[in-house]
Amino acid sequence: MKYVDEFRDQAVAKNLADEIAGIITRPWRIMEICGGQTNSIVKYGIEELLPQEITLIHGPGCPVCVTPLEIIDKAIALAGRREVILASFGDMLRVPGSEKDLLSIRAEGGDVRIVYSPLDAVTIARENPDRKVVFFAVGFETTAPTNAMAVSQAKKLGLNNFSILCSHVLVPPAIEVLLSSPNNRIQGFLAAGHVCSIMGYEEYFPLTKKYQVPIVVTGFEPLDILEGLRLTILQLEQGRSEVENAYKRSVTRAGNKAAQKLMQQVFFVGDRKWRGLGEIPQSGLFLHPEFDTFNAEKIFDLGEIRTEESPLCESGLVLQGRIKPMECGAFGHECTPENPLGAPMVSSEGACSAYYRFQRHTKA
Amino acid sequence: MQNISTGISLQPSIPKKKHKKILLAHGGGGRLSNDLIQQLFFDRFQSTLLSTAHDGAMFSVPKSRLAFTTDSYVVHPIFFPGGNIGDLAVNGTVNDLAMCGAEPLYLSAGFILEEGFPIDDLERIVETMKRATETAGIELVTGDTKVVERGKGDGIFINTSGIGQIPDQVDISPQHASEGDCILLNGNIADHGIAIMSEREGLEFETSIQTDSAALNGLVGTMLQASKNIHVLRDPTRGGLASSLNEIAMASKIGIRIEEDKIPLAEEVKGACEILGLDPLYIANEGKLLAFVPEKDAKAVLQAMQNHPLGKNAVIIGRVVKEHPGHVSMKTFIGSMRIIDMLTGEQLPRIC
Repeated sequence: MKYVDEFRDQAVAKNLADEIAGIITRPWRIMEICGGQTNSIVKYGIEELLPQEITLIHGPGCPVCVTPLEIIDKAIALAGRREVILASFGDMLRVPGSEKDLLSIRAEGGDVRIVYSPLDAVTIARENPDRKVVFFAVGFETTAPTNAMAVSQAKKLGLNNFSILCSHVLVPPAIEVLLSSPNNRIQGFLAAGHVCSIMGYEEYFPLTKKYQVPIVVTGFEPLDILEGLRLTILQLEQGRSEVENAYKRSVTRAGNKAAQKLMQQVFFVGDRKWRGLGEIPQSGLFLHPEFDTFNAEKIFDLGEIRTEESPLCESGLVLQGRIKPMECGAFGHECTPENPLGAPMVSSEGACSAYYRFQRHTKA
Repeated sequence: MQNISTGISLQPSIPKKKHKKILLAHGGGGRLSNDLIQQLFFDRFQSTLLSTAHDGAMFSVPKSRLAFTTDSYVVHPIFFPGGNIGDLAVNGTVNDLAMCGAEPLYLSAGFILEEGFPIDDLERIVETMKRATETAGIELVTGDTKVVERGKGDGIFINTSGIGQIPDQVDISPQHASEGDCILLNGNIADHGIAIMSEREGLEFETSIQTDSAALNGLVGTMLQASKNIHVLRDPTRGGLASSLNEIAMASKIGIRIEEDKIPLAEEVKGACEILGLDPLYIANEGKLLAFVPEKDAKAVLQAMQNHPLGKNAVIIGRVVKEHPGHVSMKTFIGSMRIIDMLTGEQLPRIC
């Protein structure tokens, strides 16, 4: 069992698609809330295999895409400082700020480094005691435990030159905002598999009860997504609204307790602004005051940051699932992966980028 | 090329110092330069043209079409599993000639060295280049060596240029792909890029992934013997299979359709790509080629490839179609259709 090939099997995919076609009797609108799932759906053309009664809506599941513009601008300001080494995952580098992106700052001489883990950033701090290392800590619940571990390790090592610029967001509050909107037409959710492998899926029971929608925890491979959809459609056809787990090989109901504990030690929950969605109460993670010396926003004086979104960019509507990327006027014209106006065209988990890279010509 | 002084030969009264690192003087054109070139190149390469040590190599060319190509090599790290910047520089240029259908004749090599570069490393690199030229059957006939100050050059950069001879009746061009052509690939993709990546990032996999760097002229020779009617040859280096296919689709104004389950990929490389979030279609290769062959000749060419050591895994991965001219589509593992677009930005920097 290698966990890749088996979940891309053509015959099984066809069977699942046929089963879905067999049970469906009316149109349904289902949202996936994870950028990795969006990517997989578009890359593998999953919609092609589904009956046309199913509309898939792409949700704000891309943490890069929902990072507020102010934070991007702060990261850019930090990277421009001589004493700072800014460490980041690769996909943040091309996200446009108000004027530039991190990659252009690097070209101008800023020390911006790609790392695969926040612990690498801690190592860079140890190896460069005369510089200040800032790790750009972005993500959903999935990456919060490792970021918590990095901060906690830095504290144990007594480092005075390591900090994080933190922009963590939580999934369930976003689902609540979407479901409580008067415009809401979403009838079922595929919950993010890896977020749930950390957090478990207890938090979704109050949502299914309050809003009467099925929520199915789903993985990322094509067969995972088809199975998640099958269970969601089955629930809808049978009038049920329950939480189900279709990603059992990675997710348990309680989740990863050790990771959750570490997160609680380092972060507290507060209100956070999401790019494209506005402020969502109790939806972000912030560093506890005892970690102030590791909080880049506290230790650096960044002055006034004035942000300016591109007037042509409609990524907010895309992130809410209200339009598909190619319905944005700038898609493929002023806005392309080479010249992105907003974050969803840059990130590998962004809906705009996925549609452009995998499907563009079908629009043309 | 520096002229070696042929003045009065003096017996040296001071023993020659063996330098461990490159100094600025090694690029200065004086005694130290000449000694380095003598020791590294003339004594090592068996080429009369090279040892003549004139400003240029002089030779007659056969009466046929020629191919001429150049490439610069800035790969980092310099040494990687299965190879180094030296054999990459030789094989890369030999392959560009082979993709023109040309038999390689002569090679030049220009070096830009950073002050402080270890001479032992340079010797290793040049020795590898010598073996690579012998395997490929190309002669190194001229070159140049410059040295820049410490901090102004990343160790070593190499430029190689090559001249080759194109046999009659061979007419290969990226614009010649036609509807119905079969698209042949000689083996596993993405090995080179992942080998570099793993070395660079200090990643360790259960099996060591090696570069596939190899001279392809022998393979191309046997393919052309099977059929002179090959329309397009391309080695998918930077940007991978996807970029090469897109370039050809645009140049020939045709559509390309390939099948995901036909593309050969080593298990370890697939695993590395999954962990790193990379798409193997966009990762560089240094010992692979794509051939566009009319359907009636495809079987013969494929067989010729499979009989050659560099083509044992050769396979037909797709065809030229009249739909979506200028674009590449792929039938995925699960049977749906996906567009394979051009690469945006930099997936893996400085891999060749």
